[in-house]
Amino acid sequence: MTVLHVSAYLVAGWLLLAGAFGIARSRNLVHAVVCLSVAQSGTYVLLIAVGYQSGASPPVFDGSTPPDVAARSPVVDPVVQAMTLTDVVVSATVTALLLALAVQVAKRHGTLDPDELTSLRG
Amino acid sequence: MAVSVLAPLAVGVPIVGACLLLVVGRWAPRPLVDWTAVATAAAVVVLDVLLLLGSAAAPAGHVATWLGGWGPGGPLGIALVADPVSAGAAVLAAALTVAALVYTWRYLDSAEAHFHALLLLFLAGMTGFVLSGDLFDMFVFFELMGAVAYALTGFRVEEPSSVQGALAFGVVNSFGAYVTLTGIGVLYAQTGQLGLAPLAVALQEHPPGAVVVGGFVLVLTGFCVKAAIVPFHFWLDDAHAVAPTPVCVLFSGIMVELGLYGVFRVTTTVFGPVLPEADLHRAFLVLGTLTALLGALLCFLQRHLKRLLAYSTIAHVGLFVAAFGTLDPAGTAGGALYVAGHAAVKSALFLVAGSILDRYGSVDEIDLHGAGRRARLLPWLMLLAGFALAGLPPFGAGLGKAVAEEAVAEAGAPWAPVLFVLVSAVTGAAVLRAACRIYFGLGSRPDKDTAREDTTGSGEEAEVGGLLQRIPATMLAPIVVLLAGGLVLGVLPGVPAAFAVAAGHFLDRAGYLAAAFGTVAAPPAPPAASGWTASGVALGLVSAVLAALLALAALYRDRLLHPPGPGRRVGVAAVGRLRGLHSGHIGDYLTWLLVGVALLAVLIGVPVLLR
Repeated sequence: MTVLHVSAYLVAGWLLLAGAFGIARSRNLVHAVVCLSVAQSGTYVLLIAVGYQSGASPPVFDGSTPPDVAARSPVVDPVVQAMTLTDVVVSATVTALLLALAVQVAKRHGTLDPDELTSLRG
Repeated sequence: MAVSVLAPLAVGVPIVGACLLLVVGRWAPRPLVDWTAVATAAAVVVLDVLLLLGSAAAPAGHVATWLGGWGPGGPLGIALVADPVSAGAAVLAAALTVAALVYTWRYLDSAEAHFHALLLLFLAGMTGFVLSGDLFDMFVFFELMGAVAYALTGFRVEEPSSVQGALAFGVVNSFGAYVTLTGIGVLYAQTGQLGLAPLAVALQEHPPGAVVVGGFVLVLTGFCVKAAIVPFHFWLDDAHAVAPTPVCVLFSGIMVELGLYGVFRVTTTVFGPVLPEADLHRAFLVLGTLTALLGALLCFLQRHLKRLLAYSTIAHVGLFVAAFGTLDPAGTAGGALYVAGHAAVKSALFLVAGSILDRYGSVDEIDLHGAGRRARLLPWLMLLAGFALAGLPPFGAGLGKAVAEEAVAEAGAPWAPVLFVLVSAVTGAAVLRAACRIYFGLGSRPDKDTAREDTTGSGEEAEVGGLLQRIPATMLAPIVVLLAGGLVLGVLPGVPAAFAVAAGHFLDRAGYLAAAFGTVAAPPAPPAASGWTASGVALGLVSAVLAALLALAALYRDRLLHPPGPGRRVGVAAVGRLRGLHSGHIGDYLTWLLVGVALLAVLIGVPVLLR
């Protein structure tokens, strides 16, 4: 494992925890939803770092080159990149939906402060 | 038609149906929308039943389908794998969707086609989740299921509590899902595999290090959140209390249980021989017991009917965790039976609660004291369902409880029957108490002022235009059919044997791997089936009687002797503290989620690594 990998993993863990901390301490629901996106960014960094190899080329194959020939030179792992793209789509959907709900909370409750939302208890 | 095309069809058909509804829903009259949605869900039931029969008939009990022209031999490709338990869960999901859609017919007058479309998408997400043979696909379907669930929870956007509950549900569940994805990334970094079967093979090759165990704990987190295992459970009571009733049916009946499916699919199939079974067993027993006791206690304290039922779901999830946590065929069979029986009863109860809301404009047990004296059929159905929830023979829930408690006791927890009887009796008693108050006006009229922690059910908006004068047949029929289904499950003679075989296949790791790799494996030895035993019937009756007594004691509380002063004060303070934790605050819930990850690490990670 290279220094680059280790630092990427540390950044990924840091983002996940920073997002969690942000949600836990949030005073504003829009802020909380964005913190959720920050936490999710940690998963992007992790996935990309998992597939990265130093000195490898991008996983783009010329249509005429058979993959087994191209495979002799190292390429970075395309699977995690596909996963990251899927993850980004998921994130966009969930964030949009949650922000829409936050807008409704602001309209119906007149506040976005979770400390003032006390209608669901016990 | 080959069996292997059924799995992709079962996922695809509801998605196509949902798209169709979204396109034509704007112009189509409401009956057409209703019929299309019900027909689509019914078609999925048929597909799932065929898949169930196909997988049960397959020699090794599994049917694998490779998508996109990839085959089992190659290094790439994604499989859908059905075994009797996953196909059975899919059948349950589709059947409950049909019930929910039929109930929606008159309920939710204002619902436009996109409500139906969301329900169908939710069905697609659930079906894909159980049939997926790939960890990343499980995450994607988990998030599809999740995103649709948030939208359904907050469907009535004009209701302040609806949007609040949906937002908390969304943030907590999505964060759990991202923790799971982190775990998937960690496991992929270790093994280079995402398919459940290749991952299982790769993990087998080296002893579990800290990274693999850490990955396991992270992957489990998201599923535990969905399954509402304590302390991941906080979102559930808020979401159930505010979601439209047909949605609650799907949440309590199957979505929460699918979280358990994820937990135990990963634990048994992927990590089966890698992690020591004794440690896992103990961890699940601890988590299950905690969940069951907390859920039962809080269930009994509620006055908001839907919240009461939500906590009862948490309590039962605890019992399911204890049953599946035995990791042996008997416990798994009992757990699966209990899940199926519980789904029938709990769904029926949620529909009763929805009918109460639409008839009387409230779901608050105390406000509605005696409000339903003139109702004819529903009171008896609610009482019956309360007793069934408590485990009264011969209901399916009672049969599942009987099989499960015996299996857990045999797996090294001789006190398990006490836990099962107590928890099911308390949750049943809460329902009986509410039924007696609302429909029979029993009990002394409780004072109207509420404890500080209480959420009352009187602010809920009815989900129809005006209050109903009588409950229409489309709302009654699903209740009756669901209860009848729960009864059939308990009395049909072949049921325990069928569930035992299914549980054997679920735990048959070699069979799963063989199906996924396209090789042949010997079918597992058919496990011994246990159905109703004398002790099971007796304990079921004890629970039912105990539930009735507890309900009466709660109704006539003020005529009973009060316990001595100081003890009572301490008890009230402790319970108040416990209820205060369920604050509806997103930050609190997320903190508890992190505590839960730490708890999982301590319960599973530390013993495994110290070995």
